[in-house]
Amino acid sequence: MTDRSALQPMPGASGGTLGVAPDAQARFRPLQVIGRNFLVWRKLMFSSLVGNLVDPLIFLVGLGYGLGAFLPALDGVPYLNFLAAGMLCYSTMNSASFEALWSAYSRLAVQRTWEGILHAPMTVRDVVLGEWLWAGACKALLSGVAILLVMYGLGVVDGLRPLTVLPVVVLIGLCFSGIALVVTTLARSYDSFTYYFTLVITPMMFLSGVFFPRNSLPEAIRLVARVLPLSHGVDLVRGITLGRPLEHPLLNIAVLLGYGLLGVALAIRIARRRLTK
Amino acid sequence: MTDPVPTAAVLAVRELRKSYGGVPAVRGVGFAVPAGECFGLLGPNGAGKTTTLRCCLGLTAPDSGTVELAGLPVPQAAREARYRVGVVPQFDNLDPDFTVTENLVIFARYFGIPAAQARANVPKLLEFAGLGDKATAKIDALSGGMKRRLTIARSLVNDPQVIFMDEPTTGLDPQARHLVWDRLKSLLNAGKTLILTTHFMDEAERLCQRVGIMDRGELIALDSPRNLIEREIEPQVVEIYGDGVRDWAAAFGRTASSRIEVAGETAFCYAHDATALLATLDGWPRLRALKRAANLEDVFIKLTGRDIRD
Ligand SMILES: Nc1ncnc2c1ncn2[C@@H]1O[C@H](COP(=O)(O)OP(=O)(O)O)[C@@H](O)[C@H]1O
Ligand SMILES: [Mg+2]
Repeated sequence: MTDRSALQPMPGASGGTLGVAPDAQARFRPLQVIGRNFLVWRKLMFSSLVGNLVDPLIFLVGLGYGLGAFLPALDGVPYLNFLAAGMLCYSTMNSASFEALWSAYSRLAVQRTWEGILHAPMTVRDVVLGEWLWAGACKALLSGVAILLVMYGLGVVDGLRPLTVLPVVVLIGLCFSGIALVVTTLARSYDSFTYYFTLVITPMMFLSGVFFPRNSLPEAIRLVARVLPLSHGVDLVRGITLGRPLEHPLLNIAVLLGYGLLGVALAIRIARRRLTK
Repeated sequence: MTDPVPTAAVLAVRELRKSYGGVPAVRGVGFAVPAGECFGLLGPNGAGKTTTLRCCLGLTAPDSGTVELAGLPVPQAAREARYRVGVVPQFDNLDPDFTVTENLVIFARYFGIPAAQARANVPKLLEFAGLGDKATAKIDALSGGMKRRLTIARSLVNDPQVIFMDEPTTGLDPQARHLVWDRLKSLLNAGKTLILTTHFMDEAERLCQRVGIMDRGELIALDSPRNLIEREIEPQVVEIYGDGVRDWAAAFGRTASSRIEVAGETAFCYAHDATALLATLDGWPRLRALKRAANLEDVFIKLTGRDIRD
C-alpha cells in the first residue's frame, strides 16, 4: 500500500462539534433530498432538457398539424390548440411519474441511497417528502415550462395569462408523484411500473380528455373519467390556455391535491415499514 | 446478560428484544459502552449483531427494551441522537451518482452542515482515509477496501462522538484490513467511542477493550478479551494433526488434556499444562503438533460451537 505514507492523525478530536446542535436545526429537511437529486440532474441537464423540449414538439407538430388537418375545429378551436393543453397535462403526468417510479425506485432499492440518508439525522418522512416534491414540483415544472415554451413558439398561446398554468402543472405533478410513490414503495422490481403504466397511466391518458373532448365518450365511461385526477388537470389547463372561464376550479384543485396528499401519506407509511422493520 | 451501566455511558442497552415474523432475532440483550471504549459484538452469522446495532441507531424499532444513545432515548429521539453518531453499515451504500468528494459533501448536508464548511473538511477526511488522490474518482472506480475507507470517512463528516461499524473489514484483503485497523486505532486515540461487530477474533483482540459474544440472539459472554480467555478456557492449546490422529485421540485424548475436540483431521487439545500431553506423542511419528496459547477464537468456538451457520 503506497498511500500509508499519506495518513495523518484523525481530524477534530472533540466529538460532535461539526454536527450542529440538534435544537438549532430549524431546517426543512426534505430540501436536502431535493438538493441531492438536483445535483445529479445537473450532471445530465443538457440531454434532459433536450428531451423535455423535443418530445412535446414532435407530438404537437405531428399530431396537431398532421391529424389536425383532417379535423374540424374542436370545441371551437383548431385541433393543435385543443391538443396542446392536453399534452401539457400528459407530459407533466409522465415526467412526474417516471421520476417517482423508476428513478426513485433505483434510489430506494438498487443504489440504497435512501438507506444511506437514514444514517444521518433524517427520517423516512424527510426522504419521501423530498422525493415527492422533487418529482412533483421540480421535474414536473421542468417539463411544463418546456411545453409552454413550445406552445408560445407555435403561437398556440400568447400574453401572460397562460403562465398561470404553472401552479396547475405543480398540482398535477404532485398528484401523480404521490400516487407513483405508493407503487414505488410497494414494488419489489421494476416490473410493477410497466403494469402501473399499462393499467393506470395509459387508460387515464385516453379517458381524461387529452386527445379528444370527454363528452364524446359514452355516459358510463364519462362518469369514470370524472374521478380520474388527470381529467381535473385537463379541465384547469385547457380553460386557462384557451382563455375560457373555469367551471369547477376549486373541485379540480381539491381532487388533484387530494390524490397527491393521500398518495404521499400512504407512501411514507409503506416506506417506513419497508426500511425500518 | 446485563452489566451495570456506568454513568458516562455513551450507549446503554437494556433487555432488548426483536422478532421477525415470530422468529426471535435478538432475545434480551443488554450492555453499556463508556465513552472512549472500543466495544466489539462478536457472533456467528445470524446471531443478531446487525439487528442489535440497528435498534441502537433507531433504524429498527425493538419489540421491547430500552436504548439510550448519547444521552437520548432511542427510537424516540433517534434522529437527534444521530447528530453525534457515525454509521458504517454492513454493506456500503455510497452514492454511485457522485464522486468521492461529492459523497462526503452531500452526506454532510443531511446533517445541516453548510456546503462550504463540508467542502473545507474534505481534504482532511480523504487524507485520513488514505484516499487523498481519489478526490474526483467515481465510486465504481474504487476497490472494495477504498469504498470501505470512504464509508468510514463519510461516517466522520459530523465529527461524531461515537461510531457504529458493522463488520468494517469483512471482504477486505489483509493489507486493506491492517490499514482499516490502523485508522480505527487513531479514532480511538482521538477519544472516539467505537462500537463494532466482527467475526474476526484477531480484530476484536487487537482493537476492543471489551467484547460481547452473541449467539442465537443472546449475549452469552461479556468481558475483556483477556478476562474471557482466562475465565472461559484452559491457557494452552495443542493442535494435533496427521495420519492416525483419531487413534491417538481415542488412546490419550481424554487423559492427557482437560478438553479435546476433534474437527476433521485435527484434534484441538486444551490443557493447563501441555507437557504431559506432548510426551504422549513420542510413539506417534506421523503426527504433527502445534502448541500455542489459547486465544479469543478458542473461547468463541467453545461458546458458540463448531457448526456452520448460514
Ligand atoms: N429484515 C429482516 N427480516 C426478517 N428477518 C431478519 C431481518 N433482519 C434480520 N433477520 C433475521 O434475524 C436474525 C439475525 O440477523 P442479523 O441481526 O442480521 O445477524 P448478524 O448480523 O449477527 O449476522 C437472522 O436469523 C436473520 O435472518
Ligand atoms: Mg450482520
